[in-house]
Amino acid sequence: MSVETSGTATLAKPDAQEQPVIVVDNVSLAFDEKVVLKDVSFTLLPGHTKVILGASGSGKSTILKLILGLWKPDGGTITVNGQRIDTMNELQLMEMRADVGMVFQEGALFDSLTVGENVAYKLFEESKMPGDQIDARVQEVLGFVGLTEFTDRMPSALSGGQRRRVAIARAMAAKPGILLYDEATTGLDPITAISVDEEMVKLRDMESVSSIIVTHQLRDAFFVATHEAVRRKDGYDIAPADALKCDEAEFIMLKEGVISFEGNAAELRASNDPYLKNFLS
Amino acid sequence: MVELVDAWLKGAVLEVQEYVRLQVHAIRGVFSRPFYFRDVVEQFEQIGVGSLTVVLLTGFFTGAVLALQTGITLDQFGARPFVGRLLSASMVKELGPVLTGLMLAGRIGSGIAAELGSMVVTDQINALRALGTDPIRKLVVPRVLAGFFMAPVLTIIANTMGILGGWIIAVFQLRVASSVYWTSVVDGLYLDDAWMGLIKPFCLGYFIVTIGCHVGLRTSGGTQGVGRATTNAVVAASVAVIAADFFVTRLLITLLY
Repeated sequence: MSVETSGTATLAKPDAQEQPVIVVDNVSLAFDEKVVLKDVSFTLLPGHTKVILGASGSGKSTILKLILGLWKPDGGTITVNGQRIDTMNELQLMEMRADVGMVFQEGALFDSLTVGENVAYKLFEESKMPGDQIDARVQEVLGFVGLTEFTDRMPSALSGGQRRRVAIARAMAAKPGILLYDEATTGLDPITAISVDEEMVKLRDMESVSSIIVTHQLRDAFFVATHEAVRRKDGYDIAPADALKCDEAEFIMLKEGVISFEGNAAELRASNDPYLKNFLS
Repeated sequence: MVELVDAWLKGAVLEVQEYVRLQVHAIRGVFSRPFYFRDVVEQFEQIGVGSLTVVLLTGFFTGAVLALQTGITLDQFGARPFVGRLLSASMVKELGPVLTGLMLAGRIGSGIAAELGSMVVTDQINALRALGTDPIRKLVVPRVLAGFFMAPVLTIIANTMGILGGWIIAVFQLRVASSVYWTSVVDGLYLDDAWMGLIKPFCLGYFIVTIGCHVGLRTSGGTQGVGRATTNAVVAASVAVIAADFFVTRLLITLLY
């Protein structure tokens, strides 16, 4: 499906069997005179990926903050896991966030805690999980992102790529069903960025995590959309995805707070929209 | 011009509103769950034990210099033996609480604003919320409790050091007999003075910490903003210490004397 409009994109109609995990419906937000988002609508289906592209300041990260309830929209509704969150108070939002993880730009790791403590934070502070189970889970997720030997290091002793991977481990530690990535690969070298991309693909395909990826790194966006993790006897492989799998990753292009394109990777590449062509070139 | 005044007034009202909201939220957080006990203990250690050196030195030298200065003045009236009385009354009622407050404003107010400000600009506060933690309960409540309860303890220590500093000067410089000095110190203190000296630091500690937290959590503008927030927190907390000292003293004089 391809939607190329200068204004509002139509709300995607999910399969009746598959209830969307996130529904953003006609959401608008402005700061004083500056309109950040205008009538933005889209849905995210379970296990699918939504890649939000756009230039700096186009409102990409704002969408994630609205979905997480960190900010409230001026208009429209946001539904997460069937619950309308734009009318929730902070206490209700805390409960909603139990199933949503977020990887922040630059990682946003807690400086005063070690890598292990960062990853364990949610389980240790906000759950009643016994200590030995927390330790086991921390080792499991750090193993997933390949950083087990860094458990006792402080975040300041990590490279940019390692910090992002720890941020991913922290976000997935409590096994959320939805993960939001805010510029998770921006500023990383290509090799490190690919390793972070692979983590996103693994989480989606091996842990069935639904994800929204905000980025303006086209290479990373296309990598996640066109690859899949395949389980092997001794681990997994990251391989090019088939057409059906590729359809599970949809792109949204934001232009000055408005959705100007919605469709899969092939449709994005085939678009004749001058702005899109310029963005992709 | 009118627009500028309008914007300034709106900004000022917003700051007051947010400061009051923070206090209401923090006070509610003290009496409800979740309560982060380990963070409270950590803050008591950081604010209390961490401020000990600066408070010890400030108290000691303030008492010493007060004894030196008043010794000269009292000499003009042949009242040198009363230096202890003057010193204890001044330290316990006024100088101890205010100077400890100012030292804490510089050390704790700036530290809290810088720490929380850095957390804001690096998205750590948002990360806390995303992980299901209320930043006020996790970060503000422990600091408020530590500031509120440790300021009086530190003030008592500063008072003690001040009187000790005064004793050294009185005995070795002014040649006042030790027994005369200590008798004079006790004579100069009344129960109401002690109450005044004890009640004030609770208020000062509370204002220093809440201002530091408020300014820190409202930081914007990257690392430059953190620097600005730190300066603002120290200035605002120092002025608040002096102003609160006046108003609380006025109130306590009405109530106690």
